[in-house]
Amino acid sequence: MRGLSWKGAILWGLLMVPAVVVANTDDMSADERAEKLAEQQKNQTQTRTEGLSGEAASIVERLATDDWQAINDVVEDLEALAAPETLPVLQALSDRRLYFDERGRVLIEDPATGEYSDALTGETAEVSPENLSQPTLTNAIRRGIRPLIGQLQLFSDDVATRRAGAEELADRPRPEMLGRLQELRAEESNPEVLRLLNIAIARLQLDASDPEERLEAVEVIAEVRSARMKSELETLMETDAQGDPVEPDAAVREAARDALEVIEARQRTARFLGDLVYGLSMGSVLLLAALGLAIIFGLMRVINMAHGELLMIGAYTTFMVQNLFAVMAPQWFSFYLLAAIPAAFVVTALVGILMERGVIRFLYARPLETLLATWGISLILMQTTRVIFGAQNVRVASPEWFSGSVQLMQGVSLSTSRVGVIAFAFFVVALVWFVMNRTRLGLEVRAVMQNREMAAALGVSANRVDMWTFGAGAGVAGLGGVALSQIVNVGPELGQNYIVDSFMVVVLGGVGNILGSVFSALGLGVFSKFLEPVAGAVLAKILLFVAIIVFIQWRPQGIFALKGRAGDDD
Amino acid sequence: MKTRGSIRKTGLACLALGGLLASGVAQSEDDPIKVGILHSLSGTMAISETSLRDVALMTIEDINEQGGLLGRELEPVVKDPASDWPRYAEQARELIERDEVDVIFGAWTSVSRESVLPVLEELNGLMFYPVQYEGEESSRHIFYTGAAPNQQTLPAVDYLMSERGGGAEQFYLVGTDYVFPRTTNRIVRAYLNANGIEDDAIREEYFPFEHSDFQSLVSDIKRFSQSGQTAVINTINGDSNVAFYQELANQGVDSVDVPVMATSVGEEELRGMDAGPLVGHLAAWNYFMSVDSPENEAFTERWAEYVEENDLSGGSDRVTNDPMEATHIGIRMWAQAVLEAGTSDPDAVRQAVPGQCVDAPSGYEICMDEENHHLHKPVLIGEIQPDGQFATVWETDGPIRAEPWSKHLEGSEDKKADWTYPWVCGDCEEPRYDLEL
Repeated sequence: MRGLSWKGAILWGLLMVPAVVVANTDDMSADERAEKLAEQQKNQTQTRTEGLSGEAASIVERLATDDWQAINDVVEDLEALAAPETLPVLQALSDRRLYFDERGRVLIEDPATGEYSDALTGETAEVSPENLSQPTLTNAIRRGIRPLIGQLQLFSDDVATRRAGAEELADRPRPEMLGRLQELRAEESNPEVLRLLNIAIARLQLDASDPEERLEAVEVIAEVRSARMKSELETLMETDAQGDPVEPDAAVREAARDALEVIEARQRTARFLGDLVYGLSMGSVLLLAALGLAIIFGLMRVINMAHGELLMIGAYTTFMVQNLFAVMAPQWFSFYLLAAIPAAFVVTALVGILMERGVIRFLYARPLETLLATWGISLILMQTTRVIFGAQNVRVASPEWFSGSVQLMQGVSLSTSRVGVIAFAFFVVALVWFVMNRTRLGLEVRAVMQNREMAAALGVSANRVDMWTFGAGAGVAGLGGVALSQIVNVGPELGQNYIVDSFMVVVLGGVGNILGSVFSALGLGVFSKFLEPVAGAVLAKILLFVAIIVFIQWRPQGIFALKGRAGDDD
Repeated sequence: MKTRGSIRKTGLACLALGGLLASGVAQSEDDPIKVGILHSLSGTMAISETSLRDVALMTIEDINEQGGLLGRELEPVVKDPASDWPRYAEQARELIERDEVDVIFGAWTSVSRESVLPVLEELNGLMFYPVQYEGEESSRHIFYTGAAPNQQTLPAVDYLMSERGGGAEQFYLVGTDYVFPRTTNRIVRAYLNANGIEDDAIREEYFPFEHSDFQSLVSDIKRFSQSGQTAVINTINGDSNVAFYQELANQGVDSVDVPVMATSVGEEELRGMDAGPLVGHLAAWNYFMSVDSPENEAFTERWAEYVEENDLSGGSDRVTNDPMEATHIGIRMWAQAVLEAGTSDPDAVRQAVPGQCVDAPSGYEICMDEENHHLHKPVLIGEIQPDGQFATVWETDGPIRAEPWSKHLEGSEDKKADWTYPWVCGDCEEPRYDLEL
């Protein structure tokens, strides 16, 4: 194994690249995060009132009920009162932190300390939690509370709070608030809050009596170009029973039509871009799942039915690393995923080597037996996992920096974990390419796969190369498992869902060609995402299979065929 | 009605007597009564079915501690059909023919129940089926202790359309591609049409089992919801739910704007997922672990104790859920019927089960219908909480009667499910008497 050590070093180095990169980006975003946290804290609700004045108190008192109608009435009364001092009460109600006891006291729970305070006086109250009940809260009530909270937040001195309120109102303005919003707009100085308030007011003024105002409103909305306001503009374009337009003023209609056109064009772009991005995201998942198989089946021609279980082992390794971090190094917990990458590679590679040495090496050139044997191994691996970890799914939490989403454009957002998976897929492809084309191991692998006897005659230990290749393929499958653990459920059957897809990718891409697998995986992803909205997910999958069968009939060697002598023996 | 009732009573008495005589000959007084438990403990369904096995064993243990039935011990015979549908049929046959069990508690998916059914009919077996299902079935050999569609999905639709539930005007029906979602959604669509919601305000999409990429679906839900107040009815089964709710959260679809009503997400399913993205969304069931009743307190405490005693995997994280309650009710009802019939003979017990009532953990007295082999059950709508439990936001005034044949479906509205003695029939329009035993 001369020379393996420096290759090992490079391999490990490459495995650690994302660690460094991500660690760096995480440092960079540390400031942002601190800022965000501060913002959250500001936005964070006061957890108690400062004592309520007479009228507010008499309304809030009535919250001690489980009749949802009565609560709805309270919310309406509070809306009419519009007293900022009631904000903590409303926020507690909306977050299910509001309680009442058998004496009819209304209490607010502080989520941080677990203390209760009296909503009317703001003082800490001694209560026994088992005597507390909660007012009924439904989505219909929340829909009333949210704009009210938004409106009360506009009275705040803090810009972030005002902005949060204005955002809410731009989303869900209520007609009754129009007058008050106009007053608030006159006093507002922050441009962003002002912009949001303008949107809210514009949405309410679409049915103003003055055509000038309506026109102005349509213009504001046209500028925002949000699909959310589409239905409001559409009502302007409707015609009544006699065929007369609902909107009497032609200029307003004209403006609304233009605005609608802009919004629709934008929606079309968003839909196209969305399908494309979602397709790439799905394709990169397929690619990660299939890459290990591209080596084991593609290069070695071993029909490995246990491939899915190698993915599963990679995912369970991630789970183990996560638990290890939680116990041993909680302060580094958010970086467990980076440690899981090399760990999963090593663990699955070892399992792979064990499989190769124990079973598969006796079955080379006997594909049918290999198929049955690896299927048996897959059953054994699944049941072993079930015995060790239980049949239930295990919970692999995404680290904080891996949750959330990235908005690419209005209406198209991709979750951070999926962005990460796309990047990781390309990283793994680069890694495999590097090992195959730039290391001695890769050279030997290619030599043995192309002409076993000749390579052996030249002094390559074909037997050992088989072992390393199978191990590497299994390790890459383990890397796929790490990625999958972030977007799907980790359970003993995880691998079963990917085995067919993986073979599909490899066969379509051209057996023996890794680049072919890249193109076929991404192509399949995009193709099925464009098909899905038209045909539905089930039919899309069937059509995909049909398309692949037709394609393979036409081009049995897959998208890319190996040129030259290597491809001849097929 | 009166004559039928008296026929039933006479028949019951005869059979009970016959059963006693038969058992006197064939079995000694001390022989245990054998009870079959047919739930998958491995394979895909193990996630859901394992806890039904556990709760069944717990309930049987409780009955034995109180001295068994008719002076005889209950002996559970546990089988593992390994999530393999034909194996359910094989093992049901083994249970009845070889192990000579008097009753089977088992099955989860509709296809597993349907594969057991012919065996029950052939061997005159008796089974209690504990899971909510799509209806459109009625058998002399099965007692259904889960909900029919009118005891789960339709009240949920009512709630979503009501002012209290948010006044939905448009519905997006999402499901896994198999019989339960498809049939349920057929009923839901017919029901919505009858309530003035036209087809162009209803969208229906299905996905393969284990589908995990819902990006296109959610962006479509988002677009659809812009043209009116929208609610989603989610009949997605199992693991796919995690991916679906995560994608909803990711694309900013809020439960306040677009509530998602699930029919297959319960406490046990929530245990295996991060409940974060689901918080605020809804589910319809007949029981929640969070129900505040003395019966439920006893039930959950006993369950926690049982889990600890037997060191079950999951330990203190284990929860109770709706199908577990239904299993528990089923076994207790069967035990009461055995006592009333004076024998565990399936033919006698079958006649003694209708009309049995138990104080269920849901806080209601739950009774088996006199005719249709289904329970009268209350319907609860719950909001998912961060701890994986449900907060009840609405419930029916009391238990409602099941409609195994939906009156909203063409071809089913006139069908009867009437198993009063002598057994009428499960899918006829005119009563008929079928006296072969």
